[in-house]
Amino acid sequence: MNSFNLTYLKRHPLSFLLRLLVYLSTAATVAVVFFLIGYILWQGVPNLTMPGLFAWEYTSENQSMMPAIINTVIITVMTLAIAVPIGVFAAVYLVEYAKRGNKLVKLIRITAETLSGIPSIVYGLFGFIVFVITLGWSYTLLSGVITLSIMILPLIMRTTEEALMAVPDSYREGSFGLGAGRLRTVFRVIIPSAMPGILAGIILAIGRIVGESAALIFTAGTNPVVAQGPFYSASTLSVHMYALMTEGLHTEQAYAVAVVLLVLVILINALSGFLAKKLTSNQEG
Amino acid sequence: MRKYSEIIMQFVFLFAACISILAVALICFFLFSEGLPAIGKIGIGNFLGGTVWKPLENQYGILPMIVGSCYVTAGAIAIGVPIGLFCAVFMAKFCPSGLYKMLKPAIDLLAGIPSIVYGFFGLMVIVPVIQQTTASPSGKGILTASIMLGIMILPTIISVSESALRAVPASYYEGALALGATHERSVFFTTLPAAKSGILAGVILGVGRAIGETMAVVMIAGNQPVIGDSILSGVRTMTANIVLEMGYATGLHREALIATAVVLFVFILIINVSFSLLKRRND
Repeated sequence: MNSFNLTYLKRHPLSFLLRLLVYLSTAATVAVVFFLIGYILWQGVPNLTMPGLFAWEYTSENQSMMPAIINTVIITVMTLAIAVPIGVFAAVYLVEYAKRGNKLVKLIRITAETLSGIPSIVYGLFGFIVFVITLGWSYTLLSGVITLSIMILPLIMRTTEEALMAVPDSYREGSFGLGAGRLRTVFRVIIPSAMPGILAGIILAIGRIVGESAALIFTAGTNPVVAQGPFYSASTLSVHMYALMTEGLHTEQAYAVAVVLLVLVILINALSGFLAKKLTSNQEG
Repeated sequence: MRKYSEIIMQFVFLFAACISILAVALICFFLFSEGLPAIGKIGIGNFLGGTVWKPLENQYGILPMIVGSCYVTAGAIAIGVPIGLFCAVFMAKFCPSGLYKMLKPAIDLLAGIPSIVYGFFGLMVIVPVIQQTTASPSGKGILTASIMLGIMILPTIISVSESALRAVPASYYEGALALGATHERSVFFTTLPAAKSGILAGVILGVGRAIGETMAVVMIAGNQPVIGDSILSGVRTMTANIVLEMGYATGLHREALIATAVVLFVFILIINVSFSLLKRRND
């Protein structure tokens, strides 16, 4: 490495300039990350008024986000309950059962890629057409859950596929060699050793569900109370924040919700990163 | 007994894998069957080429929204790609490993922040800054939305470009060094051109993310359904059009909004196809 100083500028002006641009761009990116997080925390934490914003009952006076937090948990659990088994099973089929060069497998991969590229507003509109208009459910928790399940399916499929492919073939051979069938090998050997990778994918999916708003506004609606059942309208934290912002009267509360969302995202990212690291160290070990 | 369960589970796995085909088919079917009749009723020329969007007067021209989406996406690319690319070069070729361990999670975090939080940040920080430093009266417009989207596509550009750069054989870089080129010249004139198609794939992914972004844009783009004449004028994107009016639209108005989503969907399909073509060429 050359030293980055004035003599370097005189001898290699272009290289100096390029390196300057590289440093500046990286500094700008890092500055954006820290400024964004710092600004939201600095403005938002003082607005986390303890009893009011976290009251169990939502009223137009306290604008409590507690019901929205509970709804977020309900929607996350229900969405995962649908999408995780389908996504993991689909990945098992693609990695363990499908033959190479199969036309169907190609089609599955193309459609999964298409699904992951579709913007969330299009998912929201699809859910709106199917559940709210065609089935006449109106805005309900279940419409939102099914819409989100389709949305995170490609993410679960891709991360699980990667995790399954990272399992060494010797595990499979060892299991078959001991007389286990294919099914037993999948559930007793392959999935357990791919678990950290699968979990890291699930946690990423939780992050997407928690942060999603466009797909939920026209499916689960913006009702800021705890859902009584799957056929009641209920807003998650992100949708609640959207409602607070569009009303324009509750900036302080919106800041507070932003803090909660940001902290959740930081925790989710840290956990997912930790699991991914565990996966790589497992393979090395 | 065990044999039956093997066969049954094999079909269960196959069925689960086919769900994604089913989902794409359903999405296409419902969007097109609800949206295309509206395009027929309005007339494809009037719909795609019309410059007036006045649902109350039965005028449904979405050209301003198409142009608006293109403007903000182009702006996002102009801001996000150079910064993201230089940052990816830093991550792949300049970064000491100790720093990398801190930098990588920070950039991953940028990808995980919900778009509604980005929109709020844009509204509270970028909009007032634009309002004070430029002639824009509201602070909302193409420039504001471009800066916000440029930041939002950064993690996509950085991570895809970084892995493309890392996939280039080290011998390219070493060869250039051996010929007397500096570290920077070797990276920028041998490694970077070799990673070109991978980087392009990242840019296309970024375009897809920018054009489909909804909640952040609707807060800060101004949302006037007219074709803007400067980078400070307000625009409405296709996504914003849907979010703003879907809540109360009925009849032909609602169908026209779904048809807007059809146009957006076709845009996304084109982007997806070009991305997978590029990826196939890489493999």
